[in-house]
Amino acid sequence: MADFDQELDARGLNCPLPILRAKKAINGMDSGQVLRIIATDPGSVKDFEAFAKQTGNELMESTEAGGEFTFLMKKG
Amino acid sequence: MSEKKLAIIATKGTLDWAYPPFILSSTAAALGYDVMIFFTFYGLQLLKKDLNLKVSPLGNPGMPMPMGMDKWFPVLGTAIPGMESMMTMMMKNTMKKKGVASIEDLRELCVEADVKLVACQMTVDLFDMDQSEFLDGLDFVGAASFFEFAGDSDITLYI
Repeated sequence: MADFDQELDARGLNCPLPILRAKKAINGMDSGQVLRIIATDPGSVKDFEAFAKQTGNELMESTEAGGEFTFLMKKG
Repeated sequence: MSEKKLAIIATKGTLDWAYPPFILSSTAAALGYDVMIFFTFYGLQLLKKDLNLKVSPLGNPGMPMPMGMDKWFPVLGTAIPGMESMMTMMMKNTMKKKGVASIEDLRELCVEADVKLVACQMTVDLFDMDQSEFLDGLDFVGAASFFEFAGDSDITLYI
């Protein structure tokens, strides 16, 4: 697991809250820093891909384990 | 990245139909869109200071009923007094349980993200509403103002 600078627990939240909370967290970070997001919403897998594509942030990693989805997002 | 624009017309004032405009707007704002929602007719209910939105099973055969009620409940039963309040309460409880944001929260997120919320002045007059019933800082406008924004929008939705 790569390093990260900040973590967001989005477990139990449904669309669009994981994206909105992630956006808020990224706003407060510096370019190049990495946000780790943990979510339980299965829709968030495709949504974080789409979010990265449209915002210029990089989705470095997307993994699933035991019903939890973990993302590493590098601020662009 | 050049800023895209999303313009939405919100015409419905029930709890269920309150979600699409606020979900799409808050998400679009998070993606970098410049967003405006024009609230007209029943959509104005979504801008009230005190939200009292309800969901009704009446005339809505697509609405899943809890506890298999739709299997044995006659259609006319959905018109029983109190049904609307009960269904609204159940819907809100389910949403909370499933981690779905409340309309109050989503609306607040839209305001924080600088989504432009504008109200149709004609509807305010038509229904004898008062501007003081609505959120502070709203613009009360007409159709021309919608087109000024929507005219060069990338996406326009009517909800």
